[in-house]
Amino acid sequence: MSDEDVSAAAPPPLPPVSVVRRGRWSAGLIWLVPVVAALIGIGMVIHNWASEGPVIEISFITAEGLEAGKTQVKYKEVVIGLVDSIRLAGDNTHVVVRVNLSKDAAGFATADARYWVVRPRFGTSGVSGIGTLLSGAYIGADNGESHEVKKSFIGLERPPAVIHGSPGKRFTLLANDIGSLDIGSPVYYRRIQVGRLVSYELDRDGRQMHVDIFVDAPYDRFVTVSSRFWNASGVDLNLDAGGLKLNTQSLATVVAGGLAFATPPGPRDTAPAADNAQFTLFDDMQGAFAPPDGEPEYLQMRFEQSLRGLSVGAQVDFRGIVVGKVASVRLDYDVDKQAFPLIVGVVIYPQRFGRAGEKIAQLVPRGSDDDNARLAHLIEPMVARGLRAQARTGNLLTGQLYIALDFLPNATKIAFDPAARPVELPTTPGSFDRLQEQMTGIVEKIDKLPLEAIGRHLDSTIAQLDKALRQVNEATLPQFNATLAGAQGTLGSAQKAISTDAPLQQNLAQTLAEMQRAARSLRALTDYLGIHPESLLRGKPADPALRDAPEKDAKGNKP
Amino acid sequence: MTAAPRARELGLTGCHTCGLACAAEHARCPRCDSRLHARKPDSLARCWAFLIAALIFYIPSNVLPVMYTSMLGRGEASTILHGVVEFWKAGSWDIALLIFIASVAVPSTKFLVLAALLVSARRRSAWARLQRSRLYRFVELIGYWSMLDVVVVALVCALIQFHLLGTAEPRLGIVFFGLVVVLTMLAAMSFDPRLIWDGDEE
Repeated sequence: MSDEDVSAAAPPPLPPVSVVRRGRWSAGLIWLVPVVAALIGIGMVIHNWASEGPVIEISFITAEGLEAGKTQVKYKEVVIGLVDSIRLAGDNTHVVVRVNLSKDAAGFATADARYWVVRPRFGTSGVSGIGTLLSGAYIGADNGESHEVKKSFIGLERPPAVIHGSPGKRFTLLANDIGSLDIGSPVYYRRIQVGRLVSYELDRDGRQMHVDIFVDAPYDRFVTVSSRFWNASGVDLNLDAGGLKLNTQSLATVVAGGLAFATPPGPRDTAPAADNAQFTLFDDMQGAFAPPDGEPEYLQMRFEQSLRGLSVGAQVDFRGIVVGKVASVRLDYDVDKQAFPLIVGVVIYPQRFGRAGEKIAQLVPRGSDDDNARLAHLIEPMVARGLRAQARTGNLLTGQLYIALDFLPNATKIAFDPAARPVELPTTPGSFDRLQEQMTGIVEKIDKLPLEAIGRHLDSTIAQLDKALRQVNEATLPQFNATLAGAQGTLGSAQKAISTDAPLQQNLAQTLAEMQRAARSLRALTDYLGIHPESLLRGKPADPALRDAPEKDAKGNKP
Repeated sequence: MTAAPRARELGLTGCHTCGLACAAEHARCPRCDSRLHARKPDSLARCWAFLIAALIFYIPSNVLPVMYTSMLGRGEASTILHGVVEFWKAGSWDIALLIFIASVAVPSTKFLVLAALLVSARRRSAWARLQRSRLYRFVELIGYWSMLDVVVVALVCALIQFHLLGTAEPRLGIVFFGLVVVLTMLAAMSFDPRLIWDGDEE
């Protein structure tokens, strides 16, 4: 190089060798700088390549809140990946989010991993993802047990209720409907939240809901094999023949709905239920705690009168015990009578009859397989003894009706058709209906009365009476007054005559004393004659000396 | 071309440090005892080496994020170009332009200018010598200002520390960017502008 040439060309008084050597050495050394730089660069590339995790694709309905290069994938708030790109799927129905997972998050590219977008959610069951309000949405991840590698996922539209590996148990509830429940709805035990609803799905034939719930540890041990679950959603406002009932579990369930479970009181099997055990979800607590109903029997009734107030679900009552419920109320047309009878289908739970049911069931021959035939066989003698159904008023205020089964001793005989399917139970008008009928009869009779004619007669009668009274006033009363005055005078003289100092009175007293005396002597005479009847003929005996003395004394004192 | 004699013709070497004209046979300056060279030693090789190293580091400094900012819980690591685009999109085209000039245009210009100077000096080209030496002065001048990015990142990271509300942290990219700046400055320093004129005698 030119500068080297220059220094080499110059005659060196001081050792130029050192300068030259140093120059060569440093000239070679200087190339270490780019080499080191290149090594660092290559090292970084290798490190980057080595730390690169799997690339997965997640499809979502919408990419709301997601940003390529910014949105993170987090598991337990730890960043495990970054959204690389977002594109629309071929048919524009969803978006495909491409995510670079970090190397140590390779376990999240497995078959049972789940992904969902965490964004602020203001649900009825609370607020979640509030942190993302400021930081923006991120993709939540959850992995499972699987080791099967998968690169393409379908993102969940809602966060899963349970993260894999949470301590607790999962249970399946069979329900008729989901009510106001939703994924994430709380599960309560003694009114504290112990779990939540994870998922629900209809079974294949669409007859029942399978509701999956998750109960957190340590509360999962309170779910015993004899636990009962019920829907504690909202306000259970119950207006039926039993009156008005209002039940709530907690204020939150009023809004958000929820489930509750408890073990009914009494000696029960308290062994904790196994994971994935199945339970029945009842509509309410009463239903949950009621003894099991067993297989229902169907009966049909035919009512001739209106059944306003009888709703589907109304109670069927036998001597005060609710044994079933109304399943249907339908209108029918009777061609012969040209009437519109109501056909009421009811469901009877034989187990609710308790011992009576068992005993009766034993009476029926077991031979026939047909349930209906057995039922008909069972009911026929009862109908003959007067078993009738009645629609009775359960609540006068609301007019709700219920069906009462009872034996009416004076029931008219009705032909029972044991072949009818379903078995038809004869009915009789309800007590209230009969009362109503009687009232109607009375009202009709009142209606038939010739009220107008009576009124007219009454009118003329009153007019005549009026005339008569006027006459009485004008003519009769003055005379009556005069008569009264006369009578008063007569009475005054009478009073004078009978007063104690009146001569008549004194005479009368004397006369009476005389008469008394006369009567006494007459008695003495008759006594004497009784003793001495001969004296009538012979006269008084001559020897009065001994006997006369006392007689004379007595007689002499009295007068 | 010029009447003035050359230092080499007079057997003289200028001291780099104190500017004393010394006899060419001196290895060290008799006045300040610094080493004497007629030209900077290994000027072209050193310049090339630094330039290549700077070029290599320029790649990660642009690819890697230079700063991580988190505002209200939302964190984001941004590269230089990303920051430029962000500012541009946000409407602050002036700041975007400033960053772009300081971080992209200036280093790129330096690479190009230095490479051109090196190639032409190696070939002892007589082409546009005056302009080339002006270019060299220009490169020397802007070299001081190339650290703008590093200073900005250092300032921002030192000032924005509000924990949850917002934090800024430097990332590896800025180290490489600083290295690029240092290396280009070293390259510019190791280039001897007298080499531009060395082919002049013929």
